[in-house]
Amino acid sequence: MTTVINVPPSLDDQSFELVFEQLALVPDGQKILIDARHARWASPYGLTALLCVAQSRSERMGFAVPEHPDTVSYWSRAGFFRHAAELYDMHGTVPRSREPQHSDVLLEITPIVRTEDIHGVVGRIQERAGAILHGQLHLDTAVTGRFSMTLSESCQNIVEHAGQGGWVAVQSYSYRRRLGRRVVVIAVCDAGMGFRASLESSPGHRARDRWDDAMALEDAVLRATSRFRHTDKGRGQGLAGIRRFVGQWDGKLTVRSGTARIAITPSWDEDVPMTEGLPSFPGSQMQITIPEKLVDTGSKPPSVEPSRARPRPRERSS
Amino acid sequence: MTHFIDVSTVLRGTVCDLYSNLVTRPTGAAVRSAIEQQVVEMGVPVVTTIDFSQVSLLDFSCADEIVAKLLLRYADDDGPTGYVLFRGIHDGHLDPIETVLAHHDLALIAWNEGFAELYGSVTDDERWLWEVVRDDGPINLLDAVRLLGIAIAETSTLLDRLAQKRLIMRHADGYIVPGVMPRAS
Repeated sequence: MTTVINVPPSLDDQSFELVFEQLALVPDGQKILIDARHARWASPYGLTALLCVAQSRSERMGFAVPEHPDTVSYWSRAGFFRHAAELYDMHGTVPRSREPQHSDVLLEITPIVRTEDIHGVVGRIQERAGAILHGQLHLDTAVTGRFSMTLSESCQNIVEHAGQGGWVAVQSYSYRRRLGRRVVVIAVCDAGMGFRASLESSPGHRARDRWDDAMALEDAVLRATSRFRHTDKGRGQGLAGIRRFVGQWDGKLTVRSGTARIAITPSWDEDVPMTEGLPSFPGSQMQITIPEKLVDTGSKPPSVEPSRARPRPRERSS
Repeated sequence: MTHFIDVSTVLRGTVCDLYSNLVTRPTGAAVRSAIEQQVVEMGVPVVTTIDFSQVSLLDFSCADEIVAKLLLRYADDDGPTGYVLFRGIHDGHLDPIETVLAHHDLALIAWNEGFAELYGSVTDDERWLWEVVRDDGPINLLDAVRLLGIAIAETSTLLDRLAQKRLIMRHADGYIVPGVMPRAS
């Protein structure tokens, strides 16, 4: 018997929970068909998480391709079918793989397995990011470098902690429903060991009365804890840097791992800081959202130019 | 003796000749190892200048592996005996570099447009004295006491701390900032 898992028409980090919920009810080893026929739109998170779904079970799943030609066209430009065809048994008309042309796809879905993949991703994003971030989202030119750094650090989490490969995608789109502005979104997803197992693998890890996925996310995202911290005090700065970048540009960061999801939420969003008791899913799924800057409000992100000349102490008490 | 190392050349020579970005921890570790090897091969105490001017992107992991760990090596008792300076650090490098310096409680000297600047974890008094040494060096303890107008014991402690952090170096009977030409007496 095959269990059909319905993909919602609009697939983002919130609606993907419907997929996780359905998936969690299916025993391992049972045949599964991911039915995306009625899907009309998917965020980078939705597309990369769909690839992780295929990697989350030993049994190869089926995948029913969206019926709407616009959806198929867009998913194809984002590079989804190229990778999905290797992971799923495809049902429906799968377009031939094409080079990405759509200007909103800053980075098509890209596998991250080794360090070299990150160099490739960062090199590609640097070529394209300036036009979107500065030209379309009206962000300061300084954001381009910080954006690439954030991408690099988020991808390194896969290489160093997932225990297997993952996926990254970057896209710019209009986020009218919730924000009324354009956004640029980085999605980095894997179906590996997840934050809890990664931190538990550290020799420095000590069992606590309460230890679960939510605690592991708090440790990693809020307290910059790393499984390598016991031997290298410099570890854990990547996620802290991502959090700071998101805060500087009024963005949002969400990380889901296991049964929990943590959100660093800006004023324009009403997400809850921590969600627990979610359907279990392996690995970690991260999303970084940076909104368009409102040009006419006069609001300005903090300058990255540091104060170089610090005042000398003028008077001293003897 | 002054030794000059172009980080982008090291990157292309040790990791991949196509890379121009200092990203990922393994890349940073490989570049740092190559720099350390070059310093060891010099064999004598030197002032080594690490040039970042051809590096377009530096992430936190690479800043930690290259900048922080190199400075930590120099601070080790069995580390290199010379001094390390940086140049070509642009605004895009500053956030990761200042982050890792704060994280490890380190400080560095960077050359910017012919001018030595101090970045990282130093107290206001240490910075004040360092700037005096930079601008008026070589200065000895008594010069520093006279210029700063603070107690001799306190000035001595500040000089020791700056010397321990390799932010100033001995020159004749006084101190100068490494890489800064001593003022003619």
